Amino acid sequence: MSRKTLTRRQFVAATAMSSAALITAPYVRGAYAAGKLSIGFWDHWVPGANQASTDLVNEWAAKEKVEVSIDYITSNNKKIELTAAAEAQAKSGHDILQMPSWWPQAYAENLEPLNDVMEPLLKQNGEVNGTVKYLGQSGGKWLAVPATPGSQIKGPCSRIDLMKKHAGIDVQEMYPVGAPPKAENWTMETFLKAAEACQKAGFAFGIGLGETTDSVDTAGAIFQSFGAELVNAKGDITVKTDQVRQAMEFYKKLIAFLPPDAPSWDDASNNKWLISGRGAMILNPPSAWAVAKRDAPQVAEQCWTHGFPSGPKGRFAPYLPYFWGVWSFGKNKEAAKSLLVHLSAPSSIEKFVAVSGGYDLPAYANMTKFKTWAEEGPPKGTLFHYPDPYKHQTLSIAASPAPPKIAQQIYFQATLTKMALRYARGERLDQALAWAEGECEGFMRS
Amino acid sequence: MADVVVERGRVARATGARKGKSLRNALGRKSTVAFFLTLPLILLIALLVLYPAFYSVHLATLNKAMTKFVGLGNFTFLFKRETFWMVVQQSCIFAITAVIFKAMIGFVVAHFVHNIPAKGQRKWRGMLLVPWVIPPAMSTLAWLWLFDPSYSAFNYTLSFFGVGPIPWLGETFWARFSVILVNVWYGAPFFMIMYLAALKSVPDQLYEAAAIDGANWWQRIWYVTLPMMRNIIAITTLFSLIVTFANFDIVRILTSGGPLDTTHLFATWAFQVGIQSSDIPLGACVSLFMVPILAVAAIFILRDVTKRGNEA
Repeated sequence: MSRKTLTRRQFVAATAMSSAALITAPYVRGAYAAGKLSIGFWDHWVPGANQASTDLVNEWAAKEKVEVSIDYITSNNKKIELTAAAEAQAKSGHDILQMPSWWPQAYAENLEPLNDVMEPLLKQNGEVNGTVKYLGQSGGKWLAVPATPGSQIKGPCSRIDLMKKHAGIDVQEMYPVGAPPKAENWTMETFLKAAEACQKAGFAFGIGLGETTDSVDTAGAIFQSFGAELVNAKGDITVKTDQVRQAMEFYKKLIAFLPPDAPSWDDASNNKWLISGRGAMILNPPSAWAVAKRDAPQVAEQCWTHGFPSGPKGRFAPYLPYFWGVWSFGKNKEAAKSLLVHLSAPSSIEKFVAVSGGYDLPAYANMTKFKTWAEEGPPKGTLFHYPDPYKHQTLSIAASPAPPKIAQQIYFQATLTKMALRYARGERLDQALAWAEGECEGFMRS
Repeated sequence: MADVVVERGRVARATGARKGKSLRNALGRKSTVAFFLTLPLILLIALLVLYPAFYSVHLATLNKAMTKFVGLGNFTFLFKRETFWMVVQQSCIFAITAVIFKAMIGFVVAHFVHNIPAKGQRKWRGMLLVPWVIPPAMSTLAWLWLFDPSYSAFNYTLSFFGVGPIPWLGETFWARFSVILVNVWYGAPFFMIMYLAALKSVPDQLYEAAAIDGANWWQRIWYVTLPMMRNIIAITTLFSLIVTFANFDIVRILTSGGPLDTTHLFATWAFQVGIQSSDIPLGACVSLFMVPILAVAAIFILRDVTKRGNEA
């Protein structure tokens, strides 16, 4: 066995040659040359819908040479909100986190401004509605990018047969496939009469009066259609107004026609009410219909998703957008922004909509007429009016236009449903209003 | 010079030897060994219990945006809120009622099981412990289905007797009844097993002596069983009171605090205020408010236990 020794001169020469070779060699990108990206997505409840996100992310990662890891986080029991709270506190976590409606505003100080992402997207995909701006912008700064997965309108999902038979309303004629709505007579008064007729026939409308989002969203849209605001955009308390009184009177009448245990309903109760065949209408995205297709097809084929009734101040529909936020303490912000642009491309959005069976709603104006909504069934076209293709209603969120940090508390403390329920259960109107005013005063903490 | 160096060396060696010996002695002591053996647990508790506890105290002294120290400002704010006092009242009603029923049911069932012949007793003990060993989040979901507005098995059964439908979770009285019922169902086996262990440790001679003195069934319970079980009853009650006061899952799953906040407990309201409404300092304050209430209960109960221990 021979042993060769390296002289000092040979060592210097070898080092110099290696350095020269390294400097002059062409730049070759490694498999993950652009670093790592960690993503927290909302865990979709439509089976297989997560795959669309995974495929789109992998497609982008392969092109950009980024190593990605995705966590799908359920919204059950507020896991996604807990994750956001923990990451904001720890200043560490995913690079991109999908957040429900109010969270970009709640963590505004910890989010990377995304104007450079949003401005080109708005030019490409069309404008976004006022609620997306209200929740996603602060002081002209985009806090997050509206996400298609999870975003939803909670409009009426009616039983065609029961509404025709007991309320004399043909919902398919009112909201025809491929044509603008003929809903001039679809007002709060008509809605109330229909609720009464269906309740008397044993098929009450399934509207919750609990503290979870479905109940609050319905109350929000009804209050807004009367122009009733508990706190206005400037942050002044406006509980004791005629508009709020009118909304309370309406709700009191409506509550009399709702199921007696509606105060205990959660977000699953209305779905079960429709699927069990006990209700003529619920106010929900088409998830209940999608489950009915599997579990109660005879119910599903009688379901029609359509617009909200209009009140004295307009036609408002509850709208809950999801957002993709990029933490300011994230490690790969440029890659995160690049991915968000990819996920918001028209082709990606169309894929999200198709895979979710029409459940996911894009926030952009030019993205409301995909063929998925026209073709989904049975009955065919049941989702045509779900994305509000003719913009005949204002998409809004309960407690707006109050400053978002106050509105978030009105929303999650369910002040609207509670005050309506108090009044309906026998409390005097001025007492219920005084209680709500006291609550709103408490929400002014900064 | 050389002497001095040698002397110094000797002195140093002597001191070193003494130090080494005392260190060996210290390490050899049982208490030191015990300390080192428990050190991992102490560190774990410090990390998972003490740090979060002090951190929540720190959080409770910040403003909503968590940018400014406000001292006790959050507490004074809470004291002015109507809902807060409702939550205090409800937590007391929930915890006290549930603990009383758990103790009573546990006591009665423990006696039944105690009187079952030893051969079949293990089977009964195992079966009666089932509610306690199922994770409460899972068993409460089953209860939610039993109370469900659309598919309630209870209402379905009651309908055969012309009763109902009862809004189990929709009206204040029934909602409170339901959450307490589920808590009692879940917690009574713990009392049962503790009381059973206590019953088994009561010497038979005491009952024999009482029988010779002509004591009836009630007198045997009052003058023999209860005094012998007093400490176990006190400790079990305290432990259960703490756990019941801090309950979260049952109320969260069944009612989310509704209707009209009338079933909220400290933990569920703290979650709603702190996490859902993004007011973490106020949420921390609500959860910390349990501490003085439980501390007072603990002092009274443990003082009684110590007193009786000294008497013995």
